Amino acid sequence: MANMSPKKNEMPVQKPDVRNKNFDEVALGYTEEQAVDEANRCLGCKHKPCVGGCPVAIDIPAFIGKIKERDFEAAYQILQKQSSLPAVCGRVCPQETQCESRCVRGIKGEPVAIGRLERFAADWHMKNAKEAPAKVPSNGHKVAVVGAGPAGLTCAGDLQKAGYEVTIFEALHKAGGVLVYGIPEFRLPKAIVQREIDTLKELGVKVDTNVVIGKTITVDELFEDGFEAIFIGSGAGLPRFMNIPGENLKGVYSANEFLTRTNLMKAYTEDSATPIVHARKVAVVGGGNVAMDAARCALRLGAEEVHIVYRRSDAEMPARREEIEHAKEEGVIFDTLTNPVEILGDEHKFVKGMRCVRMELGEPDESGRRRPVTIEGSDFVMDVDAVIMSIGTSPNPLIHNTTEGLETNKRGCIIAEEDTGLTTREAVYAGGDAVTGAATVILAMGAGKNAAKAIDRYIQGK
Amino acid sequence: MFEILKKQELNPTVTLMEIAAPLVARKAEPGQFIILRVDEAGERIPLTIADFDREKGTITIIFQIVGATTEKLNHLKAGDHLQDFVGPLGTPSHVEGLKKVAVIGGGVGCAIAYPVAKKLHQLGCEVHTIVGFRNRELVILEDSFRAVSDKFVMMTDDGSYGEKGLVTNALQALIESGETYDEVIAIGPLIMMKFVCKLTEKYGIKTMVSMNPIMIDGTGMCGGCRLTVGGKTKFACVDGPDFDGHEVDFDEAMERASMYKDFERHQYEETCNLFQKEVH
Ligand SMILES: Cc1cc2nc3c(=O)[nH]c(=O)nc-3n(C[C@H](O)[C@H](O)[C@H](O)COP(=O)(O)OP(=O)(O)OC[C@H]3O[C@@H](n4cnc5c(N)ncnc54)[C@H](O)[C@@H]3O)c2cc1C
Ligand SMILES: Cc1cc2nc3c(=O)[nH]c(=O)nc-3n(C[C@H](O)[C@H](O)[C@H](O)COP(=O)(O)OP(=O)(O)OC[C@H]3O[C@@H](n4cnc5c(N)ncnc54)[C@H](O)[C@@H]3O)c2cc1C
Ligand code: SF4
Ligand code: SF4
Ligand code: FES
Ligand SMILES: [Mg+2]
Repeated sequence: MANMSPKKNEMPVQKPDVRNKNFDEVALGYTEEQAVDEANRCLGCKHKPCVGGCPVAIDIPAFIGKIKERDFEAAYQILQKQSSLPAVCGRVCPQETQCESRCVRGIKGEPVAIGRLERFAADWHMKNAKEAPAKVPSNGHKVAVVGAGPAGLTCAGDLQKAGYEVTIFEALHKAGGVLVYGIPEFRLPKAIVQREIDTLKELGVKVDTNVVIGKTITVDELFEDGFEAIFIGSGAGLPRFMNIPGENLKGVYSANEFLTRTNLMKAYTEDSATPIVHARKVAVVGGGNVAMDAARCALRLGAEEVHIVYRRSDAEMPARREEIEHAKEEGVIFDTLTNPVEILGDEHKFVKGMRCVRMELGEPDESGRRRPVTIEGSDFVMDVDAVIMSIGTSPNPLIHNTTEGLETNKRGCIIAEEDTGLTTREAVYAGGDAVTGAATVILAMGAGKNAAKAIDRYIQGK
Repeated sequence: MFEILKKQELNPTVTLMEIAAPLVARKAEPGQFIILRVDEAGERIPLTIADFDREKGTITIIFQIVGATTEKLNHLKAGDHLQDFVGPLGTPSHVEGLKKVAVIGGGVGCAIAYPVAKKLHQLGCEVHTIVGFRNRELVILEDSFRAVSDKFVMMTDDGSYGEKGLVTNALQALIESGETYDEVIAIGPLIMMKFVCKLTEKYGIKTMVSMNPIMIDGTGMCGGCRLTVGGKTKFACVDGPDFDGHEVDFDEAMERASMYKDFERHQYEETCNLFQKEVH
């Protein structure tokens, strides 16, 4: 019997006033009963509108159908045909604008909780599946993957499964990309990411951390070392600043630095050797997912007050609604239509305040959003002792600068064919944030998948 | 894991280590640095590549014990392993085409200055070296510098070795005596570099300095290492660490270097306690 409730099964979560003091996962996941009940809300539509909203076209009614039948492992097997990181995507995909936005149940009521069900099936598999992944015999061809984020991990996994000998080169000491250095533990437990990486290693993928391509080894040297094709999934990790006075004061961070110290270096734990400023009042400038993550980390590090400072209005905020709601529940204060103009320091050059102006929305700009304009004479000083700049990132130029013939566009993104990821260099492919600029996990994964197929065709056709 | 092949105490607070890191050694150039982690809970700290041997696949680091991580590092011995070791990072020093250079090293900064002096010497440049230490006990790399220098001046603050005074006194004396330099390369404490730059500005001699702000990734990802150079924000780990000293905002750099002072002091005390316990 279909479950005709207009509402999703609610996700069990830690209480806001508890979770804002710890780094444990906020959303606890469905029980088997809740999952089956939610699965029964799916009508199994023949024309599968939801699938059209998923960038990797997961067969959504099929996997949900298996959950209905309580065959959770079969549900996972369907997911993993299209997604190599379902436990991750089920947690962090912007489902509300992707798969779930097309769900027919969403016309009258809430859509089926596709993401939550995906997470459920993936977690169930992790907990219950025993069999080690079967190693595929080598076909003798070597492929190098640059960057161990979702794009690189996916590309590497698919190629290894097709028989290639794959080595991932990662600049940091830990694989995972933004999944380990950016997205916080309370939204995506690092043990889950580690599981995925361990699985790849069991398949035979080599992961060489501490190797910066362009510095330790260049792309050309990788070819000399016998790699026949290269996939670049180096992300978009270069932080932008506002270029306002006071930005180099002590206590001003890029979101990347703040999150790297917190997540990758575990500055929130007692025994971490990496320092971080424990501020009393924090302003996070920006309105995206990254800003929400930084704000929620700042709260958990003990700040009394955390402000999101955003120059447009609430409606224009690019962050996922769920993240905005979670942040509000936890006590983050939203100062919208507000723009910083100067950061003020004390005599020791620590941040002691931030001068802002109020904004109002004018005519729509080229992005279609109404342009914020300054209200004259509206400036005021916010009492803060730390500022986190979260106004975007762009691809790091390191690889482009050291690779002859690898072209980038005006925004510094590597130019690559959409379907294959082929760059302007023969046998060099690229995908993920390095090509699109900061985007999503699922898009990066999809790009890694497509490139794996193209690399296979290229090497087999040689 | 990266094996420590050799350990040598250069003075009571400065240690040299040779690390097996063939990939880094293959590409290392003077002026570049590495980032290491001692153990799994460790922080990432940058150290300059003091020397390298491409054939043996080794990198030499020379570090001063100033806090928790360098203290921990100093408790390792030959045969032990470092958790992580990545490089070479940063832009190599520009040494091509220089005919006559004054290289100035202060304290442990000499470890950073030495590979540059050596490279200049190999390229046939006339090298005048001025090194400065607080006292005789802290002197490092004297023979190494002498071997690559056409002129060598040793300064100590207290006059216990060489001449008494600051490196700036020696540099000024050389300039006043009629020596002319294409460039001055000054590497040492921020305050020393600042005053060398003040002096050379007067004489209009281009001066390169090696900046050492607090770093994490070393690849341009965090912006924590930012400095103001010529009024613009630069990331020392990718745009540097060498910069035109006449453009650097030293006062800002000195402030930023002290950002975590309280935390660092606490960590250092904890680390010392820990090792004392083990000794008993
Ligand atoms: C804080 C934060 C929160 C986010 N939240 C979400 C979310 O909720 N949902 C969502 O879908 N997306 C989210 N995103 C975006 C998403 O994480 C990215 O789009 C995705 O990780 C991009 O994957 P990628 O593989 O292209 O690059 P990355 O994940 O950036 O990985 C690139 C890897 O390459 C390495 N690398 C870079 N240069 C080199 C080099 N020269 N040599 C060797 N290695 C190199 C990097 O160290 C890194 O490990 C978030 C991003 C951030 C920063
Ligand atoms: C490019 C570069 C090259 C360097 N080369 C050398 C070298 O060859 N020999 C040497 O002895 N030192 C070198 N340093 C400085 C060295 O990194 C610091 O002394 C070391 O990180 C101190 O760590 P600690 O935990 O022992 O001391 P702490 O007590 O934590 O710090 C002491 C001081 O060192 C600085 N420091 C702390 N953490 C960092 C960090 N992550 N990055 C940079 N500086 C930091 C701060 O100013 C701090 O006040 C270099 C720094 C840079 C940026
Ligand atoms: S991968 Fe993302 S978009 Fe696709 S079905 Fe899963 S949650 Fe939806
Ligand atoms: S559109 Fe909604 S109800 Fe229909 S199959 Fe997809 S998830 Fe199920
Ligand atoms: S150390 Fe992070 S950008 Fe330089
Ligand atoms: Mg330290």
